[in-house]
Amino acid sequence: MDATSINMTENQLNPTSWVDQYADYLFNYAVARVSDGEIAKDLVQETFLAGLKSAKNYQGAATERTWLIAILKRKVIDYYRKINSKKGKAEVRINYSSHSDSEGDWLEENVADPFSTLENDQIENVELGQAIQECISKLPKKQSAVFIMKTIRGLSTEDICNELGINPSNLWVMVHRARTNLMGCLNENWFKL
Amino acid sequence: MINCEKASTICNKKQYKEATLLEQIQLGFHLLYCKACAAFSRKNKKLTILCDKANLHILSEQEKEQMKEKIDHNI
Repeated sequence: MDATSINMTENQLNPTSWVDQYADYLFNYAVARVSDGEIAKDLVQETFLAGLKSAKNYQGAATERTWLIAILKRKVIDYYRKINSKKGKAEVRINYSSHSDSEGDWLEENVADPFSTLENDQIENVELGQAIQECISKLPKKQSAVFIMKTIRGLSTEDICNELGINPSNLWVMVHRARTNLMGCLNENWFKL
Repeated sequence: MINCEKASTICNKKQYKEATLLEQIQLGFHLLYCKACAAFSRKNKKLTILCDKANLHILSEQEKEQMKEKIDHNI
């Protein structure tokens, strides 16, 4: 097999469609980790630019999505490194307890509540967000556009119809297809009650 | 009496609080005897709950256009 035919079967980069295909997915990933929309947006932008720069190193072993997420992961880590190395923030002081007179009790006081499920819930929601976002990005374009406008942006049926030039019954057909596809795409795990 | 197609449309509208009271009653009646639609309705409701819980974020079209421009500049 020559080089061109290998390339045909492997993953290829297509930077012109990055924003449409992955921006929301990457943005969600970033927001969940830096909890600031503006910073998250910058990180996504940087990820795309870094991707362009190192496109020649792309081997095609991973999908575009996986490859971009890997870059974004580095960007998130770099971001935390940067804010931590700013003067005065590098020093982390740990106070075991605000009560200084509780001699010897600090360990018992600071042990995590074994019955608390709050932390798990949050991690689960982040994973859920990514799972949904990934499924949305796999939908046909029109379905995902309608679903996003309706569900995430919360636009009214009338506004969406005007913007896309469709009638309400078209819209509900599209919503129906999108929702059924999402139910199929989201792992069965998410549907356990 | 409504058919399954109508029932699923009402069910979808209900997820966005756009079903009228009459429609909701029609749906409720249909679900009493149609197991397939009842199952769909349960899953559909669950999907709504999941979407709410995930607190999804998206970039605006404008922000995306800006990103595209920057990418085009650097290609």
